[in-house]
Amino acid sequence: MSEHHHKETFVTKYIFSQDHKMISKQFLITGIIMGVIGVFMSMLFRMQIAWPEQSFSLIEAFLGSHQTDGVMDPDMYLALVTIHGTIMVFFVLTAGLSGTFSNLLIPLQIGARDMASGFMNMISYWMFFISSVIMVISLFVEAGPASAGWTIYPPLSALPQAIPGSGMGMTLWLVSMAIFVASSLIGSLNYIVTILNLRTKGMKMTRLPLTMWAFFITAVIGVVSFPVLLSAALLLIFDRSFGTSFYLSDIFISGEVLHYQGGSPVLFEHLFWFLGHPEVYIVLLPALGITSEVIATNSRKPIFGYRAMIGSIMAIAFLSTIVWGHHMFISGMNPFLGSVFTFTTLLIAIPSAVKGFNYITTLWKGNLQMNPAMLFSIGLVSTFITGGLTGIVLGDSALDINVHDTYFVVAHFHLVMGVSAIYGMYAGIYHWFPKMYGRMMDKTLGYWHFWITAIAAYGVFFPMHFIGLAGLPRRYYSNTAFPLFDDLSDVNVVITMFALLGGASQIIFLVNFFMSIYKGKKATQNPWKSTTLEWTTPVEGIHGNWPGKIPTVERWAYDYSKPGHDEDFVMQTEPLKDGEEES
Amino acid sequence: MLALFYIFIAVAVALGIWQVNKLTSYRKTILKNDKNEDVVAIAKSEENPIATEKDNDIHGKFFFVFLIGFYILMGYCLFFLNDIMLPESASVEGENDDNLFLISFVLIGIVQFATQGLLFYFSFKYRGINNRKALFYADSHKLELIWTTIPTIVLTGLIGYGLYTWNDIMDLSTAENPIVIEVYAQQFNWQARYAGADNTLGRGNVRNIKGINTIGVDMTDVNGADDVPVRELHLPKGRKIVFKFRSQDVLHSAYMPHFRAQMNCVPGMVTEFGFTPKFTTEEMRMQEETVIKVNGINKIRKAKGEDPYVFDYLLLCNKICGASHYNMQMKIVVEEEAAFYSWLKKQPTMAEVVK
Repeated sequence: MSEHHHKETFVTKYIFSQDHKMISKQFLITGIIMGVIGVFMSMLFRMQIAWPEQSFSLIEAFLGSHQTDGVMDPDMYLALVTIHGTIMVFFVLTAGLSGTFSNLLIPLQIGARDMASGFMNMISYWMFFISSVIMVISLFVEAGPASAGWTIYPPLSALPQAIPGSGMGMTLWLVSMAIFVASSLIGSLNYIVTILNLRTKGMKMTRLPLTMWAFFITAVIGVVSFPVLLSAALLLIFDRSFGTSFYLSDIFISGEVLHYQGGSPVLFEHLFWFLGHPEVYIVLLPALGITSEVIATNSRKPIFGYRAMIGSIMAIAFLSTIVWGHHMFISGMNPFLGSVFTFTTLLIAIPSAVKGFNYITTLWKGNLQMNPAMLFSIGLVSTFITGGLTGIVLGDSALDINVHDTYFVVAHFHLVMGVSAIYGMYAGIYHWFPKMYGRMMDKTLGYWHFWITAIAAYGVFFPMHFIGLAGLPRRYYSNTAFPLFDDLSDVNVVITMFALLGGASQIIFLVNFFMSIYKGKKATQNPWKSTTLEWTTPVEGIHGNWPGKIPTVERWAYDYSKPGHDEDFVMQTEPLKDGEEES
Repeated sequence: MLALFYIFIAVAVALGIWQVNKLTSYRKTILKNDKNEDVVAIAKSEENPIATEKDNDIHGKFFFVFLIGFYILMGYCLFFLNDIMLPESASVEGENDDNLFLISFVLIGIVQFATQGLLFYFSFKYRGINNRKALFYADSHKLELIWTTIPTIVLTGLIGYGLYTWNDIMDLSTAENPIVIEVYAQQFNWQARYAGADNTLGRGNVRNIKGINTIGVDMTDVNGADDVPVRELHLPKGRKIVFKFRSQDVLHSAYMPHFRAQMNCVPGMVTEFGFTPKFTTEEMRMQEETVIKVNGINKIRKAKGEDPYVFDYLLLCNKICGASHYNMQMKIVVEEEAAFYSWLKKQPTMAEVVK
């Protein structure tokens, strides 16, 4: 593997690169571009919610024929909500987060020259790229993009008569997602094989940093659940194009009875959520893994309860595949199933609580280094707890009846998987930027970015729980049809203001990120005084990662402030002293 | 074009922050030159890439302030937003729901208050100081046992009560002499059908939709003739209602928030939900919580010059169903049983309508 130093052209180095570090940057930049689109959409529809009848030149400029005099059309509102969800969940938080950091860190932290298959890795990125392009193209279809919600429940998503976005827009959505699933599967298989087979000498599974455990388990969940989404999408394509009736039955629309008979949308819901729920953890676990690493490094303390953390990741992964029904308590499925899914769902609170408490204990009596990565990690623990706790309400079938599909749900999942995962992603970017570009990001801008984002995120999503408890359904184009909700309009205005603030503050990050690539201060080899293997590679990041032999691992990843050592960190490569015990 | 202008402004502001930030990283130092004169030099201060003691101090304190702010936000939302919450459950079955909700909310409130407090307080208390070494504390089985066991016990209780409530609500087999009503959803309307004197609904299928028979009742089914189709839902107080939901086109969800009731309407199948109304519409209007909420709403409406709002129960659609999803509603009137029956008698039956 070490004869990797052949001459490279521009094309093989920057475009069809098989180097995991370059591929990770490609994932990140694509993810950031998709993120900008996704967040911008949320700004537009938040403006509609807060000021439903007002005209905005911003809307007029961007929505073209989908608006009248600066007020967006109801179809377009639903389309924006749909595409915002799709882009953020899949393109930003799955590919952008997991794709970036799994690719960057797996070979570096386990001590491998590259991924098990660099070629498959390249294919994985380019399929993701193609699916992103198709998704973006779908925005420009004449009848509008897919607009049946990111969950694309049929029959709404199957019948163009029901909503115009279910025509060409939906077709492109399905094609894009099918390619995306393939990309994700290829990537996940590669991650699993690499972690299992290419660990350097001494890197036992129990010495892996928690990031590796998180990425490993995430990849396993992905392999188990993503194919089910693909099959759900394929069956939907059959129903839409070939006249089958997997999901459709007894439908009367636009004055005529359709031929479908015997299918059920509930089947689709089962298939969708069999991926959909594990997807939450596919998004969240990598963020938690990154946080474990960043919090330990910057607390200058070992992560508390390393084995319990691994155990809880595994427990969460296992439980995540048997709880999907909690999205369907009131779908019309047998109430007995509701009982079963309530039981399994609330069990997830236990490993989640263990993780939360372990993070807090890691901070206890630490020597906290408040750099931007650390701030985002602490922020993550906070939003993870706030969002996770309301899961106890939603996972309880009896309570779910009244808050299902209200803004309470929107607040819950945005905090627990949206904001938390984004914080994890930012923590990862600030922490590993030196490893990606050999330069440091600007610290002060990072501080500004964190504090404005943190205030805005709670400003948006904390009050949102309460308008949900007041009974306000999500995905309403406007609340003016119900005088009952008139007293919620002020809260909605406040939420939108915070949303605009939060969205705008991401510009600070973008400026910081792109300027630092060219102008950032040159990084040192181990800027954060961390213990893991990636900080033993040269700053400039060479093909094959280590110039000479791959280092051997002698200890676990969390020897921070270990008694008996002068420095407050001990590299994983440093052999145990005589009589020193491995923790 | 104005959009582009906004973007330019945003970029300009961001660049401004960047520049100010660059400037502040330079400091003045006074040096001696060859002739031993003082010379002012501007040098870029060396920064510690991890975080300086000053950074730790500032941001540790910020976390403490953030915690206080967060507590204020939590308190404000919990207590001052109370007026806009839904009033107490208007159905008998919803009472358990409200109790369970209260218990869950108190529990998660306590945990939220405590854990956020610890998290941010530790962030403040242990902010880094140069040359201090952190405590090497990697594991404690005792602690881990505690915070695995306590949530397990608490959750077992919650699950138990939750499942009891769920079964109580969803089990319709024990209902004695219920009133059977079909709720029928279509883009973007609700209709309903009472089972009539025999309390049995006639078969329905979209293939029977024809002219005035808009919900596809099978007129060859004898049970259907006495069914009563309506466009406004009336319910008698104190009687168990069993709803049968159908949809003719896409998924809808029949959401009746005041009764703590919701069920999806699924094309191709019939779904069920049941509850017993506890207060008539009139009684609900007089309720203290309702009065406060309605007054709040009317204050806002008056400021906008709109007609005052009078409380009514509502059925709304809560599953994305198309462009007018946001305006798919039906009024529900709860009244005393006698008034209900006299209203129902005045409505034409299926046989009379289709004839």
